[in-house]
Amino acid sequence: MTHRAETLGLPRSDRRVAARTVALRKLYGQGEAEVHALDGVDIAFYEGEFTAVMGASGSGKSTLMHCMAALDSPTDGRVFLGDTDLSSLKDKQLTELRRDKIGFVFQSFNLVPTLTAKENIELPLSIAGRRPDPTWFDTVIDTVNLRDRLGHRPNELSGGQQQRVACARALMSRPEIVFADEPTGNLDSTSGAEVLSLLRRSVDEHGQTIVMVTHDPVAAAYTDRVVFLADGLVVDELRNPTRESVLEEMGELTARAMA
Amino acid sequence: MRKVTLRNLVAHKVRLFLSAFAIVLGVAFVSGSFIFTDAMGSAFSGIISGSTADVEIAPEGANEFDSAPDGRTIPDSVVADLEQLDEAAEVDPWNQVQAMYVVGEDGKVVGGNGPPSFAFTDTDTRALTGRKITTYVAGDRPTGTGEIAMDVATAEKGDHQVGDTVQLVTPGDPPTLEVELVGLVEFGEGSLGGATLTLWDGQALQELFFDGERAWSGISLTAAEGVSQQQLRDAAAEVLPEGVTARTGDDMVEDNEEGLQKILGFLNTFLLVFATVAMVVGTYLIINTFSILVAQRSRELALLRAIGASRRQVNRSVLTEALVIGIVGSTLGLGIGFLLAQGLRALFGTIGLDLSTAEFSIEPRTVLVSYLVGIGVTMVAAYLPARRASRIPPVAAMRDDVALPEASLRRRLIIGTVLLVAGIGLMIAGFQVENGTTGLTMIGVGMLSILVGVSLMSPVIGRPLVALLGATYRRTFGTVGQLAAQNSQRNPRRTAATASALMIGLALVSLMSVLGASASASTDKALKAAITSQFIVSNVVGSPFSPNIAEQIRDVDGIEAVAQFRQAPAEVKRSRVFVGASDPDDLAAASDFPVAVGSMTDLAEGAAIITPEAAEEQDLAIGDEFQMNFPSGPVDLTVVGVFGVNASVPANYLVSLDTFEQAGLAPLDSFLFVEKTEAADADAVRADVDEILKDLPTVTLQDPGEFAEQQKEQIDFFLNIIYALLGLAVIIAILGIVNTLALSVIERTREIGLLRAVGLSRRQLRRMVRLESVIVAVLGAVLGVLMGVAFGIALQRAIADEGIDVLAIPWDRLLVFVGLAALVGVLAAVLPARRAARLDVLRAISTE
Repeated sequence: MTHRAETLGLPRSDRRVAARTVALRKLYGQGEAEVHALDGVDIAFYEGEFTAVMGASGSGKSTLMHCMAALDSPTDGRVFLGDTDLSSLKDKQLTELRRDKIGFVFQSFNLVPTLTAKENIELPLSIAGRRPDPTWFDTVIDTVNLRDRLGHRPNELSGGQQQRVACARALMSRPEIVFADEPTGNLDSTSGAEVLSLLRRSVDEHGQTIVMVTHDPVAAAYTDRVVFLADGLVVDELRNPTRESVLEEMGELTARAMA
Repeated sequence: MRKVTLRNLVAHKVRLFLSAFAIVLGVAFVSGSFIFTDAMGSAFSGIISGSTADVEIAPEGANEFDSAPDGRTIPDSVVADLEQLDEAAEVDPWNQVQAMYVVGEDGKVVGGNGPPSFAFTDTDTRALTGRKITTYVAGDRPTGTGEIAMDVATAEKGDHQVGDTVQLVTPGDPPTLEVELVGLVEFGEGSLGGATLTLWDGQALQELFFDGERAWSGISLTAAEGVSQQQLRDAAAEVLPEGVTARTGDDMVEDNEEGLQKILGFLNTFLLVFATVAMVVGTYLIINTFSILVAQRSRELALLRAIGASRRQVNRSVLTEALVIGIVGSTLGLGIGFLLAQGLRALFGTIGLDLSTAEFSIEPRTVLVSYLVGIGVTMVAAYLPARRASRIPPVAAMRDDVALPEASLRRRLIIGTVLLVAGIGLMIAGFQVENGTTGLTMIGVGMLSILVGVSLMSPVIGRPLVALLGATYRRTFGTVGQLAAQNSQRNPRRTAATASALMIGLALVSLMSVLGASASASTDKALKAAITSQFIVSNVVGSPFSPNIAEQIRDVDGIEAVAQFRQAPAEVKRSRVFVGASDPDDLAAASDFPVAVGSMTDLAEGAAIITPEAAEEQDLAIGDEFQMNFPSGPVDLTVVGVFGVNASVPANYLVSLDTFEQAGLAPLDSFLFVEKTEAADADAVRADVDEILKDLPTVTLQDPGEFAEQQKEQIDFFLNIIYALLGLAVIIAILGIVNTLALSVIERTREIGLLRAVGLSRRQLRRMVRLESVIVAVLGAVLGVLMGVAFGIALQRAIADEGIDVLAIPWDRLLVFVGLAALVGVLAAVLPARRAARLDVLRAISTE
């Protein structure tokens, strides 16, 4: 099933694994209504790579991301973040893990309405009782290009600006990995492009690891690697994707599903 | 549409239960007040009709509902005359002695501080109810002066059996008696309401307490067959001497019932005032709950509008919810009110009022009032939110975040200011009004208007305080504190309404504690001026005691003087006054009441020394003659002196002991002022007097400081009762905080999920909710305490000439209130915080 992966080349040997799953299963419901959202997924995401996870609705891509991001617990199998086995951690440690090692970007921004953009960006750090490194803060703010909007509250910002604030928040704590759940789903194409290129830049310039769930082949084309899910299984992947190659692959998968 | 309404009710069970709870508590208070006073009424009606014969004969003015102990008698010859009447089947003469206490096996007075204690002549008189007033259930009738019978309840409480020797504290000479208990009786109507009854052989009371004179306190007549009460009364009136009157049983019952209803009415009003406070506070809670529910459902309501529901339908849908809550809340409240009435029975039981056999019934009037109040308040409170709901535009259904149209803060400020000014005006006007009830009502309504006004303005007034707390939070708790402070300001109206409920409760609590402290301080000051003797002998309960005690104390070594002081109510020119009586020489020797005009020594029979206030009020000067009305009739008095301004005499008019007895008042002492010789050792004198008093559990010797403490204890006792009653309003306010927080947590589910996702620990989350709660509670408390102090100062000024002339503000206690409020905030947040912390992060984020 990974014939393409072989032809397109395995990850470069100097790339270490940032996160991986082993035989990951997630069941919802019981008996008749039992649904295998994940049906034994083994996958690795590499440091300094921008990976897209694609698949039809119900393919399990969101569940995979939630499980990897310590937001949801798997029914079976393991999730490793670096060398840490998430299943061995208690709620408190998971909370700290999310706070210190994971960044999030949501489809619907999810900013705290009472806080200014700057305060929202600093939130994970200030929750932990830490101050942001001023150089890094400047770097991130420049990356997301929000310097003149820092004092504004979310309701005074456009959707694209809000999502850029969310991205800055995710990057600020220098997490080992950033998970983005359809970050451009609620944005027009211009704002979407801004957000995607800012994610791309943070990978290229700062070596950030990013995993992004998306429907959109255009968004996927910004990444280094696309992983395709169907019916709770990893069915294929592409390296150095383009819009066209992604579309082609998607068509193929659909055809296979129809057959 | 109705289906949507009902589904909503079911879907939001918990939050609606919380707001229904306010109604439940309020209605419970209302119905409990009615049920309890009804039960008390029926119990005392039973006592009245169960102890009244066909015709009752007594000296004029005695034997009334509110008569003071009366020493007058009817000569024995009258009994013989009455026995000649064909209309009378039975003629039962009797004597009555009040303040005859039974000492229990434990050495304490049975019944303690509350209910009265009577000694009666043992008779077989039938009451109007057809039953005998008393029926023997054990032992025999008493004979001679060494035996008594008593009512079963008293015997039980005192742990006395037939055959026991029982100690009595008497109002006569000797002050204690040891008698044998030979019989037990039951009162015809079951319960005496906690009163103590001892029964004596025919002439025993006369021998012991009426100088052995063969004369009677009263005579009960039973009509012969076919003779009406009126006929018997008329026949009896023919043979009665002057100054003795006969009244039909029905008349007496009616008069007594009237007096009873007055007292019960006062008690009921007293309780209902607190019920009203609870209801007002509950109204805030309901308004708030509905506002939040409407806000949260605005999208859904807009959808209803979009698919064709009219404004009216949306409006009605919200009001229908309120109606259901009102009905459910009132029904539960009625039930809990019944339980509350039982609780009140237990509470009154602790001060000796025994209602154990009283029937607790729910009258139709109670049901009606409960539902009217419960449903009415809910509907009124839901009206504004319902109207706002109906204003949500249909297009809001298509938008992502819906903001409800809200009146600007400026309008609130204006309305609040108008209410505030109107309230202040009403209060000032209320103080000017002469009529007590009208004035008090105006003051009450004025205070309410001010409270509502301030609560409307509180989003603005409270800002500096919230900002201050917020800054403190940020410094102390970092980001979590900052989030909490900002959360509390997201809906200033919501925070204000929640805080206002607590504010009203605490304003009243603070008002009471200012008044209480002022009353204590004033009492202290007045007593310091009034008691200039070394010691004072008094009765804990305030009921008068045997003059023999004074005689005995006079014989103690080292005693310089003992001044007996007696008190009784009387009337001068139709206004009620307090008359005191004492021996002028003793009083001059044992205490220091400066007489400004005239001289204490002129206080002979028929003379009076009056206070400057009385002189001004009645326009009396030295040498003037005036009439003072006692129950027995008028007595002519001449003013022989006016006290100095600073003389704190415990009476408006002072007469001699002779005048007091001549007016038919029982020769019982209220206080003794005791002065020792300079050489005598205070402790030794004290020990000797205590030896005399050791058999008299009701009478104590105290120095002025101790006496003042005891008086202040009574003020505190009363204050504690009021705190307990206001406590209900505070509880409702706390529920309000819980409710608002819980609803806010639901509203912010998504945001909470986000905070958790980015690393906020459960602990930090709980702390955030807790801190927000504390802000609300402290805001309410600070505003409430400030207003309570302002009200307290105003009221103290207003009633300064009624004896509360010292203003004392118990800052330490008020600070404790604020501290407690902060604690309350922490407690109120427990459940909402736990709920927030338990939210599943993933689900919280994906919640729409």
